[in-house]
Amino acid sequence: MSSKRILIYGIVALCLIGLYIASRRKAQAPTATASGNSVPDFTVTTIDGKKLSFSEYKGKVVLLDFWATWCTPCREEIPHFVEMQNQYGPQGFQVIGISMDDDDGPVKKFYEEFKMNYPVAVGDDKLAEKFGGVLGLPVNFLIDREGRIHAKYLGATDYNTIDKATVELLSQP
Amino acid sequence: MNIKRSLLCFSAGLAIATASYAQWALPSNDPIPQSTLITPEQVNQMLTSSHKPLILNIGPRSMYMQAHIPGSEYMGAGSSDAGQQKLRERVKPLPKNAGIVLYCGCCPWSHCPNVHPAYQLLHSMGYTNVRVVYIANDFGTDWVNKGYAVARGD
Repeated sequence: MSSKRILIYGIVALCLIGLYIASRRKAQAPTATASGNSVPDFTVTTIDGKKLSFSEYKGKVVLLDFWATWCTPCREEIPHFVEMQNQYGPQGFQVIGISMDDDDGPVKKFYEEFKMNYPVAVGDDKLAEKFGGVLGLPVNFLIDREGRIHAKYLGATDYNTIDKATVELLSQP
Repeated sequence: MNIKRSLLCFSAGLAIATASYAQWALPSNDPIPQSTLITPEQVNQMLTSSHKPLILNIGPRSMYMQAHIPGSEYMGAGSSDAGQQKLRERVKPLPKNAGIVLYCGCCPWSHCPNVHPAYQLLHSMGYTNVRVVYIANDFGTDWVNKGYAVARGD
């Protein structure tokens, strides 16, 4: 076998390994699935004791954030969501936080500490099941003005991805 | 021909090594020894064996209620005082060499707040046969979506 042929085999082998690694990285990356399904209506009690029904937000672009105080990627996202609420709120944007903490004690503390400016409620397994199950955090749903799921972001997601999609949705009538 | 065969074997070996590394690569400072880790696939196979270990869920309750490994017992979050207390009491009557499997899956392994304190607790109590399920992403991705057996509710 010529040295040239050995070199070609070597390059092919390295390419295959590279492709394998790339595919694994892609598999582990957060997924964003456009759905188009309508969000099921739900009513929760926020941590300040108010009733919140999702149907009240029809006509707004909503970012529904399933998170928890013990979830590091969730904690990292929240300052961005606070900023988005400030920036895009006047254009008809609303963040709603659903904490999957076991009780509201740490959530109330976190809410104050992070100066959260949008409603937050503690969710449970029944609410999670309405959204196909929340078996890993964070999970974010970006919902259009008609109440349809525009995108689902599972796992730590680049903030710019969510921001860009939000701006696009807000620009639609 | 021999060179070609050697090269192919080398490539296959390298690919397998890469796959193993990608599956099991943990930070070198991870306090849970690699030797104690077990894959979801291995745990799923254990469920049909006659010698099932004690499987303890140390994640958040809302996730356990949605889906958990059949037969696993809920302890509470491994990072919480209540979860640690329940775990301590549950294992207390067991011999130090009892087979115990811990799992969480609330979030990616590197961000999970529960597996490390729960493992450290059992380790400090002298339990020598503790395995921790390496859930790379989350329970939904690495267990439910793989089609492994699931139980719901309490």
